[in-house]
Amino acid sequence: MIKKLKNRLSSNSFLIIITILLFLLMYIGGVIIFKDKNFGRMQVFLNLFISNAGLIVAAAGMTVVLISGGIDISVGSVVAMTCMLLAWMMENKGINAVTAVIVVLIVGIVFGFVQGWLISYLKIQPFIVTLAGMFFARGMTAVISVDMITIKNEVFLAMAKSKINLPFGGSVNKRGVLIRPYIYPSVIICILVLIVLFFVMKYTKFGRSIYAVGGNEQSALLMGLNVKKTKIKVYVLNGFLSALAGFVFCLNTTGGFVEQAKGFEMEAIAAAVIGGTLLTGGVGNVIGSLFGVLIKGTIETFITFQGTLSSWWTKIVIAVLLCLFIILQSVLMNLKWNKRKKINQV
Amino acid sequence: MKRMKQLLVLLLILALGLTFIGCGKKDTNTQTSGKDASSKDEGDLIVVGFSQVGAESDWRTANTKSFQSTFTEEAGYKLLFDDAQQKQENQIKAIRNFIQQDVDYIVIAPVVETGWETVLGEAKEAGIPVIIVDRMINVSDDSLFTCWVGSNFKQEGYDAADWLAEYLEKQGRSEETINIVTLQGTIGSSAQIGRTEGFAEKMKEHPNWVMLDRQTGEFTQSKGQEVMESFLKSYDDIDVVIAENDNMAFGAIDAIKAAGKVPGKDIIIVSFDAVKAAFEAMIAGDMNVSVECNPLHGPRVAEIIQKLEKGEQVEKLQYVEEGVYPAETAAELINTREY
Repeated sequence: MIKKLKNRLSSNSFLIIITILLFLLMYIGGVIIFKDKNFGRMQVFLNLFISNAGLIVAAAGMTVVLISGGIDISVGSVVAMTCMLLAWMMENKGINAVTAVIVVLIVGIVFGFVQGWLISYLKIQPFIVTLAGMFFARGMTAVISVDMITIKNEVFLAMAKSKINLPFGGSVNKRGVLIRPYIYPSVIICILVLIVLFFVMKYTKFGRSIYAVGGNEQSALLMGLNVKKTKIKVYVLNGFLSALAGFVFCLNTTGGFVEQAKGFEMEAIAAAVIGGTLLTGGVGNVIGSLFGVLIKGTIETFITFQGTLSSWWTKIVIAVLLCLFIILQSVLMNLKWNKRKKINQV
Repeated sequence: MKRMKQLLVLLLILALGLTFIGCGKKDTNTQTSGKDASSKDEGDLIVVGFSQVGAESDWRTANTKSFQSTFTEEAGYKLLFDDAQQKQENQIKAIRNFIQQDVDYIVIAPVVETGWETVLGEAKEAGIPVIIVDRMINVSDDSLFTCWVGSNFKQEGYDAADWLAEYLEKQGRSEETINIVTLQGTIGSSAQIGRTEGFAEKMKEHPNWVMLDRQTGEFTQSKGQEVMESFLKSYDDIDVVIAENDNMAFGAIDAIKAAGKVPGKDIIIVSFDAVKAAFEAMIAGDMNVSVECNPLHGPRVAEIIQKLEKGEQVEKLQYVEEGVYPAETAAELINTREY
């Protein structure tokens, strides 16, 4: 029994369980503390998804990259470029919304492909390649337009504003208005992305190869896996997801301007790490990253509900959590390693 | 044995983590309960959620302080303040949280003009009045916000021109040709557009005023200095510099001094914003006038909220009062300046 528990403990899912527990603890804590301020409303929970839909998509993509042993810090800039491109195409060029969205997704894929090719075939450090990508995309955003562009395209605004009311859990506010809980299409997109990625990572050959490559590239190569191809696919996938995150982000902000989504990639990395993904690769899960994002969202909600605390505390709490989780990870890894050594000795 | 030790370490970290969370919670708990105790008997406090851009400048900080000192519990308000750290997505999140908390009013100092349709639609649906301060927003439907409070930049342009006309008259130069250059703000910003237009309109009344050149100094001191240097090289007879904010005026002062002229005497310097440093420059005699851009929006917003509470209508666009501060008054006023 104890042995079983210990095995559980040292397995990778342990990290995710801690993250989920932490989220639940924080959330229930919030419901109790801010009882008189309606923290317990269904909509407060849904807002976590509505406001962070873009980040959830980006964090899911980032998780895949981190599992493969790489990193992609161009995500924030790609999101900004996507928003600007969408706004520019629809407002200045009169291109219809659907075409514009398809074009930006293709741009994302191409962007990812170039980065992936440089990383896997020319063997350049992913950090440097995506750093260049980050500067390039941010620069391109400014080249497209220095001024901010407001999206007024009716089809796009309809997509952004179409509320999907849930049939249950409505509440009456103090003005006597009944408000049904609602979500936007962006929430559905981000949840679909999570579900698809979860199954791809767990049950497909591609997904398992990513874990193998990230865990130990040499062994993966010796096992006969096509490491280069896997890596390039990872970056193409992430390029696509970054552009999709940009689209989802744009649904929330309905406009493009140069300074948008600065530091977005760092938030995505933080969410992935809190969600139990190892920066060294080979370990991680998109569901964990979802909870990483939700934890960040909950802290932000805490601060606005509290009302007087500086919003910069969000960053401090995230920093503390990051430290905590990284220490936890390294201890767990040590445990695992020692176990392996013992087996080898026997 | 070693593994036992590591397990122990692990448990320790976990315990630490949990106490951290626990502590955090207890902290907020005592804080809120403390607040509750004091405010429970005054359950009819007006709750105002205020989403501020950030703390990027002295002007902004003064703006924030103005709200914090106006919306106090003694005055019958409870202010929920959120610093958006220059990010619009943070503002959108904060507004959604304000809506869920059933605040009575939402006040936004928007980071950018765009992207407010969705979230303001949610506020409207919940029946919460929204007051925009400082920058304007760009929405297709005007009913999404109740009113806007801010500076009348065009009026500031008029004021600057009027002051200049008066000053020149006093010096007996109202008939002679006056050569003017302008250091413009960031092109496209509402402050730049309003101030440039306002001054240009008034210029038509003075046929002896000649605008030699207009260039942007992007509201920064270094760029202002650079542009002024190039102006001084291309024109040898500049009488007046209009700097569309104080920082560019400081840069222009440095450039004029470097060129061997005396700012404030050889070249008249007209500036905008009237920050504290501008008063110091005026006392030193380097600057002639600064037209105020008032950040103290708090009292005005409170006035509007009181009107709305009584069910009165309010005007859609409301300007704050702004003064003109010439160098003569600088010494006595500097201590009353809050920013």
